[in-house]
Amino acid sequence: MLTVRANGSVRNALDGAESVEVTASTIRELLTRLADRYPALERELDAGIAVAINGEIYRDDRDVKIPADAEVFLLPRIPGG
Amino acid sequence: MKHDNSYTGQDFKVIGTRVKRPDGIDKVTGRARYGADASLPGQLVGRILRSPHAHARIKSIDISKAEALQGVKAVVTADDMPVPQGLPGDLAHMLENSMARGRALYDGHAVAAVAAIDAKTARKALQLIEVDYEPLPHVTDVDAAMQPDAPVIHDWIYTSGVDPKPEKPSNVVQRTEFGLGDIDAGFAEADVVVERSYKTEATHQGYIEPHACLANIRPDGSGELWVTTQGPFVYRNVCAQMLGMDIAKLKVTSSEIGGGFGGKTHVWGEPVALALSRKANRPVKLVMTRDEVFRASGPTSSTSMDIKLGATRDGKLVAARAEMRYGNGAFPGIWGMLSCMTSFACYEIANCKAIGYDVVLNRPKVAAYRAPSAPMAAFGVESAMDELAAAISMDPVEFRLKNASREGGQSHYGPVWGPIGIRATLEAVRDHPHMKAPLGPNQGRGMACGFWFNIGGQTCSDLNVGIDGTVTLTVGTVDVGGSRASLGLIAAEELGIAYEQVSVNIGDTGSLGHNDMTEGSRGTFSSGMAAIFAARNTIEVLRERAAKMWGIPVEDVTWEAGQAVAKGSAHGNLKPLTLKDIAAKSPKTGGPIAGHNEVVADGAGVSFASHICDIEVDPETGATKVLRYTVVQDAGKAIHPDYVEGQFQGGAAQGIGWALNEEYIYGKDGRLQNPGFLDYRMPVCSDLPFIDTKILEIPNPGHPYGVRGVGETSIVPPLAAIGNALSNAVGVRMHHVPMSPPRILKALREAEREAC
Repeated sequence: MLTVRANGSVRNALDGAESVEVTASTIRELLTRLADRYPALERELDAGIAVAINGEIYRDDRDVKIPADAEVFLLPRIPGG
Repeated sequence: MKHDNSYTGQDFKVIGTRVKRPDGIDKVTGRARYGADASLPGQLVGRILRSPHAHARIKSIDISKAEALQGVKAVVTADDMPVPQGLPGDLAHMLENSMARGRALYDGHAVAAVAAIDAKTARKALQLIEVDYEPLPHVTDVDAAMQPDAPVIHDWIYTSGVDPKPEKPSNVVQRTEFGLGDIDAGFAEADVVVERSYKTEATHQGYIEPHACLANIRPDGSGELWVTTQGPFVYRNVCAQMLGMDIAKLKVTSSEIGGGFGGKTHVWGEPVALALSRKANRPVKLVMTRDEVFRASGPTSSTSMDIKLGATRDGKLVAARAEMRYGNGAFPGIWGMLSCMTSFACYEIANCKAIGYDVVLNRPKVAAYRAPSAPMAAFGVESAMDELAAAISMDPVEFRLKNASREGGQSHYGPVWGPIGIRATLEAVRDHPHMKAPLGPNQGRGMACGFWFNIGGQTCSDLNVGIDGTVTLTVGTVDVGGSRASLGLIAAEELGIAYEQVSVNIGDTGSLGHNDMTEGSRGTFSSGMAAIFAARNTIEVLRERAAKMWGIPVEDVTWEAGQAVAKGSAHGNLKPLTLKDIAAKSPKTGGPIAGHNEVVADGAGVSFASHICDIEVDPETGATKVLRYTVVQDAGKAIHPDYVEGQFQGGAAQGIGWALNEEYIYGKDGRLQNPGFLDYRMPVCSDLPFIDTKILEIPNPGHPYGVRGVGETSIVPPLAAIGNALSNAVGVRMHHVPMSPPRILKALREAEREAC
């Protein structure tokens, strides 16, 4: 079971929860299960979500494996100039 | 083939050398072709009619007289650009921003456009379009827009992120929060607290080349777009979806780009040019005037913020709070949220909270500008940091060093830091001769730090070997600052050949798979990664071909220093084959030799910078002069040091302009008062000293060469560095950017009055 923490607009989509528990072994599984539980997350997924696993931020790669004891953060997708 | 993007610490042969950029000669001799430099037979001139009102209902538009004018081939309004079914919300906003539908939302909002045989006819046709407006109340100030009695711009915006959920619409799009710990407990620990409010005005990226394109939609519905852009693939996707076209039927080619800095990540007039071409059945060239660029393409947010910092007497930051209100222009954005994510990144603060508000205004839709949202937040935080250091009688560099973020610590926005360079940049600043140079009367020195994330993203590249052994690398990221030279070096390094053997080509959307834009300091990071992997794939092909030429197993062939080497005692008599040898035989060994790679280039390493600035203030006029400026920044690995330094210098120059003079000035009527370079004062060469640079190289573990993006961070510290220098020069603390002569003079006069 992963403890997933979130901030910003992503936390708003998780009904304001600072952290949620979810079972997932990849980013794809993680986001699918969270979207099932929190429909408001769909809008954030459309806008783009980045997932930080042990400090490394993944914006697009959904196949990344998540270690069982990983620190996982959901972040808004960051644009650039 | 899946490749590993981990940093390996390899030794380099050509990486880090200062070779000539391949596009340099064309650019200095005027041969380079920019957005306005393409032509097609039968092309028309496009022009856009824009709202003179800050906010108005469009009761009717009569285009009949314009359509009847001889030489006019098409007139379009929103009716010619319907919203395709299923268009995502953000693209629907872009479409409405390209052409108003029902309401003009800001001064300069497009309401109609014409395509005519020449500019004179097009201008005349614009005058014949009759728009019946009903002016509506407007709001252009971010604080005013948040008041309960403010005119509500969109009746569908209900603030998200607040509890309870609002029952009425407002201009506040969202409230977002980032942070750690317990700030009340943190402030209770503090011996000294500094609490200040700041404002920054909107600025424009100020690229010298205006938006320009040549659109050509054919009768069969397919088309092409030549355009100045930071991302032809994204422009293709966006424009095709907005106009209801198949993505594959629109080919977009990026011209050379005369500056973008984020402003060319977004479409403005391009969908209009395509709609005009579709209606006229002729090619249409559309080039914005400078007035249009200012009024109708995306500037930064204007901001208002409250910063509170607390520290113990021995210099430990124990609590921080920021509330930052960012204008988004006429459509929702995430700029306030981004400010939260960057605000406290430089420091390890156990108890901190950053709150952001995104607010719509009757202003142009905000677009990214180099490290978007970070410079304004840094102005507030880094100004307060200096005041706090002074309050506890601590050197400002030592105070920052004592509290700098460190590897393994948790960032205030969430993730744990990997190897980062904030501490190293501060140590380099502390030890830099600039910090010890003498100062004269009315002169002051300031420093400040800055942070930017950097991003990776979808990337695709091709590497083709010619039969003479020369190599063409095709990438899909537009070259905004010398990346062709950097990518040529990377291909040469991997293949073990000379840089001069490599040509780098920017592909159009028909030649490669999707590439995200050149944004977020990703060009050299992402395309560099794809180039490395494409070259490694090419080497596999080269080994196979050499094995075939020798008639030995491919497992016995290695690639060393640009040639195939047969390994093992059985092959001792085989002379190595160079790339040229193998390429010459390629028609008979299997045909073209090429390597391809598509990658999601994750693993972008964050970036930190610390800047030093000396400034002189004329106390009689409030005029300022930047005397000396030094940028210290972590580049990960500087592939081509010239262009890393160029990015450092360019960002600092833009930040200096933002700090001292640049601002959008709106009248009470909600109209922009200074849409031109005479009244919007950008720095020119004579305003600036030589900007000194120091590159630090702390390898990014997420890139084979350790590369970090370098393009954006350098614009983050200057606002605060200059504010801090100014305070040290004449003893007044500026809280409003730009720190223009009238504002400085006012502050000096107020300080004099208070002293009396």
